[in-house]
Amino acid sequence: MSRVETARQEAESKTLFGFWVYLMTDSVLFASFFATFAVLRNSTYGGPSGETLFSLPFVLAETLILLTSSFSCGLAILSARQGQKNRVLWLFGLTFLLGLAFLGLELHEFSHLYYEGNGWRRSGFLSAFFSLVGTHGLHITAGLIWMAVMMSKVRSAGLTPFNLKRLTMLSLFWHFLDIIWIFIFTVVYLLGVAS
Amino acid sequence: MSLLGRLNLQAIQHGWVIAAGQLTLVGVMLLVLGYLTFTKRWKWLWREWLTTVDPKRIGVMYILFAGLMGLRGLTDAAMMRAQQAVSVGGNHGFLSPDHYQQIFTAHGTIMIFFLAMGLMFGLINLVVPLQIGSRDVAFPFLNATSFWLYAMGGMLLNLSLVIGGFAATGWLAYPPLSELAYSPGVGVDYWIWGLQVAGIGSLLSGINFMVTILRMRAPGMSLMKMPMFCWSVLGSLSLIIFAFPILTATLTMLALDRTLGMHFFTSYYGGNPMMYVNLIWAWGHPEVYILILPAFGVFSEVVATFSRKPLFGYKSMVWAIWGIVLLSFLVWLHHFFTMGAGADVNAFFGIMTMAIAVPTGVKIFNWLFTMYRGRVRFATPMLWFMGFVALFTVGGVAGVIMALPPADFQLHNSLFLVAHFHTMIVGGVVFGYLAGLTYWFPKFTGFKLNERLGRYAFYCWFFGFLLAFVPLYILGLMGATRRLDHYDPSLGWHQLFIVAGIGVAVICAGVGFQVLQLIVSIRQRKQNLDTTGDPWNGRTLEWSTASPPPAYNYAVIPNVENKDAFWAMKKLKTPLPETRYESITMPKNTIMPLVIASFAFALGFGMIWHMYWLSILGLLAIISCIVIRGSADEHEYVLSAAQVRQTEEALKERYV
Repeated sequence: MSRVETARQEAESKTLFGFWVYLMTDSVLFASFFATFAVLRNSTYGGPSGETLFSLPFVLAETLILLTSSFSCGLAILSARQGQKNRVLWLFGLTFLLGLAFLGLELHEFSHLYYEGNGWRRSGFLSAFFSLVGTHGLHITAGLIWMAVMMSKVRSAGLTPFNLKRLTMLSLFWHFLDIIWIFIFTVVYLLGVAS
Repeated sequence: MSLLGRLNLQAIQHGWVIAAGQLTLVGVMLLVLGYLTFTKRWKWLWREWLTTVDPKRIGVMYILFAGLMGLRGLTDAAMMRAQQAVSVGGNHGFLSPDHYQQIFTAHGTIMIFFLAMGLMFGLINLVVPLQIGSRDVAFPFLNATSFWLYAMGGMLLNLSLVIGGFAATGWLAYPPLSELAYSPGVGVDYWIWGLQVAGIGSLLSGINFMVTILRMRAPGMSLMKMPMFCWSVLGSLSLIIFAFPILTATLTMLALDRTLGMHFFTSYYGGNPMMYVNLIWAWGHPEVYILILPAFGVFSEVVATFSRKPLFGYKSMVWAIWGIVLLSFLVWLHHFFTMGAGADVNAFFGIMTMAIAVPTGVKIFNWLFTMYRGRVRFATPMLWFMGFVALFTVGGVAGVIMALPPADFQLHNSLFLVAHFHTMIVGGVVFGYLAGLTYWFPKFTGFKLNERLGRYAFYCWFFGFLLAFVPLYILGLMGATRRLDHYDPSLGWHQLFIVAGIGVAVICAGVGFQVLQLIVSIRQRKQNLDTTGDPWNGRTLEWSTASPPPAYNYAVIPNVENKDAFWAMKKLKTPLPETRYESITMPKNTIMPLVIASFAFALGFGMIWHMYWLSILGLLAIISCIVIRGSADEHEYVLSAAQVRQTEEALKERYV
């Protein structure tokens, strides 16, 4: 193995560790939005509360779609480790579509709320709601862009060690967003309807 | 909606004080451009600085930029003191109230985010890779991006001097004052986006150096053999990683309130201004320790080196650092005891605040015990240390007084508080970084700073500081609140304000001596050359390589067996292993970090002036840059063993 390759391998292991640290900082970012939401969840200023706004079956559908996408993403990484390029491509394709569907549903919910007069200007509660869920949505968007780029790279260059490490990080990111969504589902929607 | 958003010709600021600032800004820029053209240095600038990914050069750029920012912050300070010294009774001074408010806001923001953070990251870039025996940082490209984001954030903020005006809200922009309803101008937006751009740079740096320290130490350097400066930096980086995302989130929420009309912190529609104060201090208090911990690290190196003794109580120093790291997240509420959280909550945070004095005290005593029975050389870095111990102890005791909630109700927002935190930040952070700059200066330039002028500078700083801030303690107890632009003569404050003004003049003289020291040292560098790479008889690895070090730091990565690795090598006369040069992989220069940061600048500028097309373009451009960078994978080149040998031999023969 050439020196450049050894150096690059070391660099890749550092990159993975660095990515974990980045995910930690991202958790703190989300924690700040969660804390804000917890403070403002009853500050409806006479406007509607979560109980009247949220439809649990709808959110459950979103959740199931996102969880399935996480599952297919996990399968894709397993196939990537086994070097099955075509399976990787169609599994990530599936993940991408599921992610896109999730994003579409979320935007549908947002626009529905907005056009019924319950936009982010309505109350502190709705500001916190749109920001927390929207931050998650922006992350999903970033993940989808990343996924599209990675798929085109896998298609052209194959499952090189470089691409494999990037795919690993992408899947970490995707699972991380899944976990965040579980918290959103619980804290925002379930507790919102329960109270 | 016009293409320029709310930007128009009226936005260019007027008034003679501001005009003087603008002229200085433009004058300095023209001078630099002229100098570069005249000496034909454009290519040199591009090759050696703008595209560099070498942490040593990035460190120098951090320090230069921080120095410029410091001069601006000092000018603001001098203007405030001058205003308060004259603006009494019938005289209303030379600054309008609104302008005065912008000045104290700019002073605080610039000094913390762009002077102190800049010096800190400068020193970290310069010293950490060398001290751990590494050739580079974990992510050189990311490191350059961090620097340029920091610099672009600073430039964005300073642009407000020319176009638009700055926030008049105080350095932490508390709502509801900083909300659109009460600050409709662009000032608060400049504040938000300048800090957002620079803050993301700091966060990325935090991740980068965390990985560097944890993953790239020389073989044999276990954590408990690491130099104390690296330990303190590691503590500071952990705080950055946990605190800066809170700042990012908080600034985002304030921006959402101002641009999208949300209600996080407004005083109506269910918004909660006190939540902002909690969030900003949940970042802000750790921030203070982010700044001070590396300064503690500098002193640990300086005291051990100049006392010619190993650091006293290495393990307790490490535990003290982590004690401070932990406690610093449990004290944020002491910034607003007066909010009315109730006696129990205030008592908890008061006790936690006092508890921080324990690990800090441990460190102070450890340094003093290091000096005890050492053969102490009172070089300039040591003078800064002595000044630090005096001021920091006084300021710390003032802090413990304010940690008592009942006392705090009297002292809150008074000049006593202002005096307290300046004692900590000037006496602690600034003195620490100045000691560090003097100490490591020869390592990165190859020559020492002039000692005599350094001493003059120190004495001006130290006594100037006492003159400027002891009156503020007294004024605070007399009831003077902070941020006053005018007061009544019957209060009896005038003389003390005049003394404080004289103090700032003396500090300015100290800064003058430092500038002079730099010029004189560069001109007389032949007399102060550091020919050995070890001018102070140092203890840690950075002194074992040449000054200035080659781009790859170490031709042969050292093997570490002891704490104070280099000292042990010198004492035990470890026979040097036969030098076997090997080829070294180095990162290639790239302009991409500067390009990314420039687009971030455009994004921020667009948000400030409501030119949303510019922001969207900036964002898309940043994403494209990242995708392009991620697609190419030839970012390194190899320096062959023969080239390394040639460089090393040239370094050895320089002074023969």
